[in-house]
Amino acid sequence: MAKNLVDVEIITPDRVFYTGEATMIEFNTTEGEIGVYPNHIALTTVIAPGIVTISTEEEQVKAAVHAGFAEILPDKVTLLAEIAEWPDEIDVKRAQAAEERARERLEKKDANLDVMRAEIALKKALVRQNLKV
Amino acid sequence: MASMRDIKRRKQSVSSTQKITKAMKLVSTVKLQKAKQKAENTNPYFNYMYATVCSMLDKAGAIDHPYLKAGESEKKAIITISSNRGLAGGYNSNIIKLITGSEIAKEEILLYTIGKKAHDVLDSRGYEVASEYDQVMEAPTYEDAMKISKEVLDAFVNGEVGEIYLAYTHFKNTVSHEPKLLKLLPVDISEEELAKDKDEKDSKMLMNFEPNPEEALDMIVPKYVTSLIYGALVEAVASENGARMQAMDSATSNAEDIISDLTLKYNRARQGSITQELTEIIAGAEAIS
Repeated sequence: MAKNLVDVEIITPDRVFYTGEATMIEFNTTEGEIGVYPNHIALTTVIAPGIVTISTEEEQVKAAVHAGFAEILPDKVTLLAEIAEWPDEIDVKRAQAAEERARERLEKKDANLDVMRAEIALKKALVRQNLKV
Repeated sequence: MASMRDIKRRKQSVSSTQKITKAMKLVSTVKLQKAKQKAENTNPYFNYMYATVCSMLDKAGAIDHPYLKAGESEKKAIITISSNRGLAGGYNSNIIKLITGSEIAKEEILLYTIGKKAHDVLDSRGYEVASEYDQVMEAPTYEDAMKISKEVLDAFVNGEVGEIYLAYTHFKNTVSHEPKLLKLLPVDISEEELAKDKDEKDSKMLMNFEPNPEEALDMIVPKYVTSLIYGALVEAVASENGARMQAMDSATSNAEDIISDLTLKYNRARQGSITQELTEIIAGAEAIS
């Protein structure tokens, strides 16, 4: 591996979101943030809502991914994401509205509130806004 | 012989029916193109998901996990995917036959229907329908698949159903679609597939899981089921439009045949009536002279 690159693929149910070679890829997992360089050990991990940063030789691209899992092999990283978005696909107003809704729900502390769901919705909304800034 | 007027009327009605079937064929052709594109886009995700789950199960063979063994309940959930509209040839009846003709006893089946046609028929035949998602078929999204898989998985975890199946129409290509009954849970991947998978991948490579395999399985299996349901939905839409396109195509060409047949009959009747009139006139003239 002369150039020390790793193949990156991000696949969502609707499309092949990204393919290319990268020097490093960073993303969020349920266990915390990880950065993957080429020749990483084989690892399967679950993706948490967050920003994925792909560093190629020329540039750095960012996207939002929510939920899914990643398979890391020494020469290849595959992200199977349920939702993935580029910054220009995100509607900030919608994300802000979603944030407010989620906060409201969490504050009310309704007995039949699905806390997990509200928290995930909040996280997604925040990730979307962070990426846009 | 039918009168000229009758034949003419019949011909008109056939040709207006032909116009309708022609238009429906055009519409479903366009829809098929879109649905096919979508099915092709979904394929890589689905294939990766399948490969990953295969390799996970290969490595996690010793794990005793609820998703990997059949529940105690006798009930078997079947998710049936049919269409909301008819006029699609044998598309819906093939799915219905798949269920009525399956080895699973009628009493053990619990249906989750997507698509009105199979729902109506199976309901009236006395099958138990747990819930219906008929409007999903109009434009299936991944969120819809998530909703369905969540409900079915909940039933599985709570022990209401012991096994989960998926009945849908597999889209092979534009002209051939095949009804399929697929077992979703417990995850059941044949030994052959595992062996094949092993050969392809570097068998010495050791896969790590984070969090541990049990928890990863907990999170990945629902995603696996969702992706299977979504893949089936997308393929079913493509198959439905393909089936309708074919049905309408043959209906249009049948109408063509009937019209040419009727035209011949009409012309014969016209000729016959002219001949008869002439004979009458000649006979009348002769009688006068």
